[in-house]
Amino acid sequence: MTQAELRLCSLLLQEHFGEIVEKVGNSLLRTGPRPLRLLVGDTGLLPDQVKKALCVLIQHNLARYEAQPRGSVEYEARSERILRILRYPRYIYAAKTLYGDPGELLVEELLLHGHLSMSRAVARVADRLTETMEDGKTVDYSEVSGTFARLADTHFIQRCPTVPESPRSAKAPAPPAPALAVAEKDMYVVPRPSLVGKGKRRQLCDKEEEGERKAKRQKREEGTSEAPPDDGIYWQVNPERFHQHFRDQALVAAVASRTDQTGGEVVRTMLRMSEVTTASGASHTQPLSSNEIFRSLPAGYNVGKQALDQYLALLADDPLEFVGKSGDSGGGTYTVSILWGELDLHKALASLATSTLEFGSRCARIFRLLLRKKHLEQKQVEDFAMIPAKEAKDMLYRMLSENLVSLQEIPKTPDHAPSRTFYLYTVNMTAAARMLLHRCYKSVANLVERRQHETRENKRLLEKSQRVEAILASMQATGAEAAQLHEVEEMITGPERQQLETLKRNVNKIDASENQVDETIFVLESFIESTMKKP
Amino acid sequence: GRGRGRGRGQMTFNVEAVGIGKGDALPPPTLQPSPLFPALERRAAPLPGGEEGEYMLALKQELRRAMRGLPYFIKPGAPRRDIERYSDKYQLSSPVDSAIDWNPDWRRLPRELKIRVRRQRKGRTAPLIPKQHVALDKEETIKKLESLEKKEEEVTSEEEEEKEEEEEGKEEEEEEYDEEEHEEETDYVLSYFDNGESFGPDSDDNGDEAVY
Repeated sequence: MTQAELRLCSLLLQEHFGEIVEKVGNSLLRTGPRPLRLLVGDTGLLPDQVKKALCVLIQHNLARYEAQPRGSVEYEARSERILRILRYPRYIYAAKTLYGDPGELLVEELLLHGHLSMSRAVARVADRLTETMEDGKTVDYSEVSGTFARLADTHFIQRCPTVPESPRSAKAPAPPAPALAVAEKDMYVVPRPSLVGKGKRRQLCDKEEEGERKAKRQKREEGTSEAPPDDGIYWQVNPERFHQHFRDQALVAAVASRTDQTGGEVVRTMLRMSEVTTASGASHTQPLSSNEIFRSLPAGYNVGKQALDQYLALLADDPLEFVGKSGDSGGGTYTVSILWGELDLHKALASLATSTLEFGSRCARIFRLLLRKKHLEQKQVEDFAMIPAKEAKDMLYRMLSENLVSLQEIPKTPDHAPSRTFYLYTVNMTAAARMLLHRCYKSVANLVERRQHETRENKRLLEKSQRVEAILASMQATGAEAAQLHEVEEMITGPERQQLETLKRNVNKIDASENQVDETIFVLESFIESTMKKP
Repeated sequence: GRGRGRGRGQMTFNVEAVGIGKGDALPPPTLQPSPLFPALERRAAPLPGGEEGEYMLALKQELRRAMRGLPYFIKPGAPRRDIERYSDKYQLSSPVDSAIDWNPDWRRLPRELKIRVRRQRKGRTAPLIPKQHVALDKEETIKKLESLEKKEEEVTSEEEEEKEEEEEGKEEEEEEYDEEEHEEETDYVLSYFDNGESFGPDSDDNGDEAVY
């Protein structure tokens, strides 16, 4: 784990779970798997606090535990999973676009709580949806469970590994590894308990708190006098599947920009058809015959069979190899190449953006040139890129120092004499990707820190404005006059308001930047992962 | 060692091949670390706006706000104040560290993580243990009760039994307690002893307030 990753994980844990969890997570990340007492010693916290923190981390799948043969239990943090916290908004948004509001809320609840049983998730979401509806309307559980089932069928959520049936006498009953394998085929099986009920709305009375309590007691008495039927079966979000979805989106966008909207739709259809049949990490989808594709095209697109064939042929011939022809049965079978290696260009564009920003468009030109030609000498670079020698040198060295390009030696003579060796510049994709990724982690960490700093600086002002808001709200509820409200509003002076505005604008900008950098992180990470999977 | 004496400044490879011609002035050596904030040569491209970006921004801030309110956000215990005040006794303090505010499924966690809260008040153990109808998940219920105790002040044993019957069979832990219902030993409303430290309730449904 690099320092940058560690720092980012730290910040994310602290922002979302508090300092105690951050300390524990930090200790685990820096020193690897260890048992409880070592953790307590290392962090200097109270044992109870550490236990609580571990429960939280395990609940959210950010750490795991393993029973050691000697009887102690070792805990390990999952750094890659912690970094995913950055991507939570993207997951939720994807669920919204695919499955609407119930989908969005279901994924959000699962992310907020780490894992939930189906009954609880459905109940919570139904309640939330009910609250947003007008008076008198409620949301039925069946609607939400329908969405839940669809999410599970398309693998966006999956079951957590379950505890084995037989009680173990070991001190730490961990779900052993085999249990997970068995659950593979059950992983997306939705239990069908009869979830009967409707979303409950909070009763609003004068004293809102009291009403809240009453409603809660009501809920509890009605619903849960015995253990829910799907006790012990918990669900969690499946980030891999979301990543697959994002990758598909990127592919479709790339194809659409190469050909046109319809071409993009064709590829999207192909991808959708092979969503669940493609093993993760495969380089190609299963071959699909053009007849099948034709049948599965969305209804709105009136693309004739011939046109479809033309598109497929066009895509198959494209040098970028998005689509490959794999056979002729059924009118020609095609596969979509989904290995990120083929999306070199896509990723290169990301690096290009960096080059442009940091180094300028001419550096970007050199970079692209090297990508295309693979190996070039210093002189050739100057010639092909049409850049004066001095500047070309300067840019090349800068890129070299940043590891975006590297030197390849080709000796002419066995003694590797420098005057008789070719030195060729080349782009090493993986190294460049790693370097950029490291930079991205650093940027996000910096952004988060800056945002926290801004918030801290204006803490007093923020608190004051929150108090004023609360007073205003309560006054409005009790029906105060406009003059009184105005008076309360005046408590925040003009310059203070401006300060608040500026703060809000800055924080929003920083947040949006974090989201943006995370997109780049996703592309780079997927690329690096795919290069590591290659045999 | 470095090239000293004859031929100072020579490198092992042919300098010309890399492009530094003879007599070209090399840049001066750097004698200090690079500046902390190097000058920005060109401005960054503007952030992509649009509906999607806006929505994700709102989602992100909402997520952050929501997570702070969940029991998974562990706040460190309130610092001990220098002087013990009378009103401390009646403060509804936030849950002390040793209690866990949510109910994980203990079957899925290592046993050692279960927090056995030590009882500070006398005589509690006796009335609870013999009760058989709390058998469902006795440990869990006891723990729930213990954590509830922490949130309240002194509780007599009768009220404990009363609480037990209420709690029995309920899955979720009741967090808000009606102070008037479970008042003990004082005729005053608990908020009477508000020493002004928490001003203004947190409004839960301020959804359109940006989170900072």
